[in-house]
Amino acid sequence: MSPPPASRADAFDFPFVAVSDVSRAFGRRRALSRVSLRVDQGQILGILGPNGAGKSTLLAILATLLRPTSGDVRYGTLTATDGAALRARIGVLGHDLFLYPELTARENLEFFASAHGLPHPPEAARTALTRAALDERADDPVSAFSRGMRQRVALERALIHRPRLVLLDEPFTGLDDASAAALLARLRALRDDGAIVIVATHDLDLADGLLDHALFLRDGRVAASMARPEGLRSTYQNVMTRALGSAT
Amino acid sequence: MSGVPGATPFARSVWLILRKDLTVEVRSREIAYTTLFFAASCVLIFAFALVREGRAPEGGAAGILWIAVLFAGTLALGRAFERERQSETLRALLLSPMPRPAIYLGKLLGIVALLAGTELVLVPLVVLLFSARLFAHPFWLLGIVITATVGIAAVGTLFAAMLVRARSRDVLLPVLLYPVVVPVIIAGVQGTAALLQPVFEPALVRFWLLLLVTFDIVFVVLALWTFEAVMSD
Repeated sequence: MSPPPASRADAFDFPFVAVSDVSRAFGRRRALSRVSLRVDQGQILGILGPNGAGKSTLLAILATLLRPTSGDVRYGTLTATDGAALRARIGVLGHDLFLYPELTARENLEFFASAHGLPHPPEAARTALTRAALDERADDPVSAFSRGMRQRVALERALIHRPRLVLLDEPFTGLDDASAAALLARLRALRDDGAIVIVATHDLDLADGLLDHALFLRDGRVAASMARPEGLRSTYQNVMTRALGSAT
Repeated sequence: MSGVPGATPFARSVWLILRKDLTVEVRSREIAYTTLFFAASCVLIFAFALVREGRAPEGGAAGILWIAVLFAGTLALGRAFERERQSETLRALLLSPMPRPAIYLGKLLGIVALLAGTELVLVPLVVLLFSARLFAHPFWLLGIVITATVGIAAVGTLFAAMLVRARSRDVLLPVLLYPVVVPVIIAGVQGTAALLQPVFEPALVRFWLLLLVTFDIVFVVLALWTFEAVMSD
């Protein structure tokens, strides 16, 4: 029997994430400039923009790995200063997969389940492996996996503790069509389950129809923000052309 | 129990990190082999250079033992954190609700365990090549070896974690580490040399041992205190 899922409804849960006027500089370079956004539970926000637009910096700030130079981020009534209690409710799938290549898929998942204080890590790992369709390869080292398989393990690693806030940086990279479709279905299921999902991606075709809200970033600034964007590729091109025009 | 709501308990977190590091090392044996090979080569070279007609210079064995441990430790520290950097797993650890000082302590114990493994070979090698009577007082030797190793690893773990994103981390680690651990090395060398004296003076060894314990407490407490701040941002 699967262990009961960790409850999201406790004192440290949050129904929305709000970013207000957040800027972040690295030395003299400004990676983000006065970015604001709000995402409620049960929504998927797409952060779209070219390389160097500030997408990963924004995700790192939301993940509490970076502090904003100015502005603030609120997770309901919580802030990054709530530390471990807040981190326990955030799941991150980075461009790097955050997996130990020497360990097996099962060991990786059990380790991160334990790190998140789940009561039955082996059960949680087993469930996650089934979701990733990797039961057969559970005891193979991750270094022996293809990029797509590693991506699936990494996704389960990020979601093993049923986070309220799910942050995904280029999650479609290296996935074949079937895996990408499975990931899209998983993201929709997370939304239906009440998670707050934020996806930074270049894969506009895959993200088309998925997003409840899109934030277009260019040179660290918000170029546009829209609800339920349609025809994502043409919208993206129009927004970026406009942003480039106003910048010059 | 951890005092922070939502955090994974401290002792459990330390054990998780330690067990994971040791499992990874048992699979790859990379750090164990490289540090052992490096430390043994170091001792062999010094033995050929310094030992004449079976006699080593006074205090030579003690000095060479700790130079070899320090160099091997630098190698182990760099590699242990390079592993965490390659797949950005250090970020994953920092993103988890494990108390950050527990992450430090787990990594520290992993490094100490690896160095202890190297010392298990290194000490008998020094005894053999330098005709050093280190095993005449095994419990004192054990005390000196453990405390000096913890002292080196305590500072080294903090610096290696700090430098994990620095481009020239391999150069910077010894540059930062060696000046700070000079007192530990001096105490380790003097304590070990005191064990080799023809007339054994327990009071002298106890003095160096107490000094090492003091360094360990200061270094570990400072590192636990600063690790969270150092790893944030």
